[in-house]
Amino acid sequence: MSPAAAFAVETRGLSRRFGAKVAVADLSLAIPRGEIFGFLGPNGAGKTTSVKILLSLVAPSGGAGTVLGAPLGDREVRRKIGFLPEHFRFHDSLSGRELLRFHGRLYGLGGAALERRIDVLLARMDLVDAAARPLREYSKGMTQRIGLAQALLNDPDLVFLDEPTSGLDPLGRLLVRDLLRELRARGTTVFLNSHLLGEVEATCDRVVFVKQGRTIHERTLAAESAHLEVELRLGAITPAMLARLTEFGTGVTESDGVVRLRVESDTTLPSIARWLVAHDVPLYEMRSRRPSLEQVFLEVMGSDQRPG
Amino acid sequence: MNPVLTIAGLTLREAQRRWLLVVGVLLGGAFVLVYTTGLWFIVQHSPCGPRARPCATPFQALEFRAGLNMGAILGLYVANFLTVITAVLLPIDTLSGEIASGVTQTLASKPIRRAEIVMGKWLAYWLLVAFYIVLTAGGVIVSVWAVSAIVSGSGFVPPLAARGLALILLEATVMLTISIAGGTRFSTVTNGMVALGVFGLGFLGGYVEQFGVMLVAGEAGRTVMRNIGTIISLLVPADALWRLAAYYLMPAIVRDLEVTPFNSMYPPSGAMVLWAIGYIVVVGAIAVRQFNNRAL
Repeated sequence: MSPAAAFAVETRGLSRRFGAKVAVADLSLAIPRGEIFGFLGPNGAGKTTSVKILLSLVAPSGGAGTVLGAPLGDREVRRKIGFLPEHFRFHDSLSGRELLRFHGRLYGLGGAALERRIDVLLARMDLVDAAARPLREYSKGMTQRIGLAQALLNDPDLVFLDEPTSGLDPLGRLLVRDLLRELRARGTTVFLNSHLLGEVEATCDRVVFVKQGRTIHERTLAAESAHLEVELRLGAITPAMLARLTEFGTGVTESDGVVRLRVESDTTLPSIARWLVAHDVPLYEMRSRRPSLEQVFLEVMGSDQRPG
Repeated sequence: MNPVLTIAGLTLREAQRRWLLVVGVLLGGAFVLVYTTGLWFIVQHSPCGPRARPCATPFQALEFRAGLNMGAILGLYVANFLTVITAVLLPIDTLSGEIASGVTQTLASKPIRRAEIVMGKWLAYWLLVAFYIVLTAGGVIVSVWAVSAIVSGSGFVPPLAARGLALILLEATVMLTISIAGGTRFSTVTNGMVALGVFGLGFLGGYVEQFGVMLVAGEAGRTVMRNIGTIISLLVPADALWRLAAYYLMPAIVRDLEVTPFNSMYPPSGAMVLWAIGYIVVVGAIAVRQFNNRAL
């Protein structure tokens, strides 16, 4: 395997302009194979355009990249890629089974193997009863689930899911969550665009935040990397002390006798306690918690964001 | 299966599920039925020709057959017009509509060429249009043959009927290709306006050429009219193909007897056929290129 192929997706400085509007400004990503990758950002941040560039639906204005080791635009590599678009629309005169058969043929599949795969996916998506009905009679959630089945027809090595749960009820979301776990177990790389931060938190290994077409923050969600938020209730707070605390973590703030800061790992906590005691600072309370992805999102995006 | 055939198969199935085929057959059948009824009464009441009133002189017999021929041309003129409109409207939203709704995203991200999507759709609609021509224009020819056989005892078929039908198909193919090419660039409504407008331009070009030549005095004026017509026919090789078809569908003696809007005294050159084929290839290539470069 070439070094490039170790990454399912690798891009350098991808950009895309639509007239004067810059949709993607400078996108550099390296997504290892097998990772469940979350791509987060407000509406209009360029998430969908980025996915479309990686799928060759939109040509980049600049930059370069590889997908599964093949340069962007390669046709053959798409045999190993699945895609559920944000606006999942399909030929609605077809039945669910016919739609999957049609898309399977476009992947070059056919015969009994394709029929078996369709049966498995219809069962997995809980659509066996609806398989013979035309898509125009499907609910939004059912259409999204048949779209998911469509994205998995070829047992892909890499699957792009753009807001895969936007039309799903809580049960449907649970189904997607389980599905993502199955994909991870199979070693499939998942590129997930989502607004639903709770879901991303529950499923993704790593997330990248994108704003105005640029990646602005990256975070590993695996348990070993904690990114803890620490609250200290102290007896006496001085500017000098606050300045010293920045050696332990970032974002040090103080209000009403409570100091808050961010630390990389829980191994920092005893060091803070030791330092406070050694400097005779009265420590009444020390709490640590992992900030929710939503908190991180709001913080990373900054106060200039408005609902998109 | 070849992706072109997969896409074509899907497009045909969609046409069937959306009742396009049924509506086409019913309305095409209604057209042939109305035409046959009218023809039946006209032929029945012609001064000579029916079994009860055989024509007395060879000239009268020729006139009867010329009448049948004009009847056929009139029917084919309408069938041709319906076919062209069908060729423009059938595929009008097949690409623009699917691009706008996002349906193309899951197609174009598959391991197929975008050209195969365009070609598959083109093939499916071409088959539908060819079927429609067999139904309507073929129906007119069968109708004329059957009515003349029953009423006069001798079935009449216009000369070079197969060549005439082939030219109608070629004309429809030009318009179909323009409509599909427009769909790679324009929205559905704009595309409809462009495609029908282009056809109208070609239609007007034909009239300028035909009647301009007849009405304008002086050789210089006639040459200008003919050149304008020719240039427009080269830009839109559609109506010119009908005029060529009408030319082949008549015996020389009838062409010289009657000049009507439905036929042609000055037929386009046979080279127009080659031009039209080249035109289809070039417009098709532009469509593919446009679709290839388009953000979906």
